[in-house]
Amino acid sequence: MKISLTARILLWGVMGFGFTFIYLPLVLVVINSFNKNTSFAWPPTGFTTSWWGKAAVNEGVRDAITRSAVVALSATFIALILGSLAAAAIARYKFFGREVISLLFVLPIALPGIVTGIALNNVFTNFLGQLTIFTIIVGHATFCIVVVFNNVAARYRRLGASLEEASMDLGANRFTTYRLITFPLLRSALLAGGLLAFALSFDEIIVTTFTAGAGQNTLPIWIFQNLFRPNQAPIVNVVAAALIIVSIVPIYLSQRLTQEKVN
Amino acid sequence: MSSVKEILNRKPTLRAASLLSLPLLWLGVIYIGSLFALFITSIWKIDTFTSKIIREFTLENFIDVFTDRAYFNVTIRTLFVAICVTIICAVIAIPMAFFIARIAREKSRAVLIALLITPLWASYLVKIYAWRTMFYPESGFINWLISPIGGSSPGFGIFAVIIGLTYLWLPYMILPIYAGMEKLPSSLLDASSDLGAKSGRTFFSVILPITWPAIIAGSIFTFSLSMGDYITVQILGGTFQMLGNVVYQNFSLNLPFAAAVALIPVIIMMIYLSSIRKSGALDNL
Repeated sequence: MKISLTARILLWGVMGFGFTFIYLPLVLVVINSFNKNTSFAWPPTGFTTSWWGKAAVNEGVRDAITRSAVVALSATFIALILGSLAAAAIARYKFFGREVISLLFVLPIALPGIVTGIALNNVFTNFLGQLTIFTIIVGHATFCIVVVFNNVAARYRRLGASLEEASMDLGANRFTTYRLITFPLLRSALLAGGLLAFALSFDEIIVTTFTAGAGQNTLPIWIFQNLFRPNQAPIVNVVAAALIIVSIVPIYLSQRLTQEKVN
Repeated sequence: MSSVKEILNRKPTLRAASLLSLPLLWLGVIYIGSLFALFITSIWKIDTFTSKIIREFTLENFIDVFTDRAYFNVTIRTLFVAICVTIICAVIAIPMAFFIARIAREKSRAVLIALLITPLWASYLVKIYAWRTMFYPESGFINWLISPIGGSSPGFGIFAVIIGLTYLWLPYMILPIYAGMEKLPSSLLDASSDLGAKSGRTFFSVILPITWPAIIAGSIFTFSLSMGDYITVQILGGTFQMLGNVVYQNFSLNLPFAAAVALIPVIIMMIYLSSIRKSGALDNL
């Protein structure tokens, strides 16, 4: 395909602009976490590592990270099971109402989080009486299912049914076929969906605001509560910088996974 | 036991139903049930002294929402922001996705994709917080950047909200479009240029129509996520407010009214989703 010089320059320009736009704020956060000035006026006036030390021993941060991890792991676990069951049904069977049901599986991310949040809050407080860590997990699992479902359903569509049919023609039953043929083919889609579900849950704040009980701070809630407190702001900034740096790990993992698939 | 197996073997509908039962129970009962309960609440009212809900049918909330000019204005403002964010995201995302999918070499493609996904993992609040420090009037980065050429930071408000939301949802637009561009057969692009079309013509007559469903799929995210947001608006908006803020403010004192306001983005999203259902966008999510 031939691309004119103007188009080429334009495309390079947009790429440069796009990546600057994406990375500049993140780089500034990391730089600011070493900024001596507590109000983060730009440019920084001095270098200090003391905020990192203070953040590392902060009880609130640790407590919130643990809770966020528990919630994200549980929600991802539920989502992996329910999402892959649903994807198998939608992708491999034709039945009445299939269209409506596949639309239903998009709704939790297509409708604004605040609607999901107040709807769940209303039901939880009326029927359960109180909000706990379990209500956060239920809320998160609801939109995590969608992510797993989308990933697995897309994989099913790409695979086609011929391998499974061949396996069953050769005498394997449904369960064996799933175990030896379908599941290995789905594995990387499940992993990608699971990782994304974990990330979404770990980062979610809107639904969490309405489903978390008093004192049940997840990390985003903790950050939000402390964002406007002047003496906590440097610690928030360190947590923010740490999150950016830590987020490279799952990226690296998923890159390795796709590399393996290619090889 | 074997009889159950036989029945399942003979009836594919039953197999599908058994696979679907658990996920449907979860989404159908917990999620749809809660939404339904919320909208029942919107036709109730509250005791204005105790904030307790009185379970009597009334259309008062809807009459308030639809006749008060202020709520109409908030809805229009929210739609405006959501549309701006979606368009800006699309304008940046389409060329970037095209570049990565069709121009970048095989090796650098993986790196570019990783670079795009990384900010998806960085926390929502961190990103908005980053923009807050940048938009700070007088001491922020933007002010520092443009003050030498005589500008000053626009400060917090609708502009900052649009930039912040664009920033947040941009990867959600790029990734589906990238997936769509990757599937684009290169024979079509070659044919177009062999037949004499310039790059611009190829883009508008070949690339854009074929990747349209993917672009629409991306727009579902950018549009819906922008429309329901209230936290970015709180952090970057100054006094600027959107529908989400109205819902949030009324939520604890007047849930029926908050539910009625929350119905506005739901209705808009339902109209949007049903109008694009035929485009095949939902398979591109």
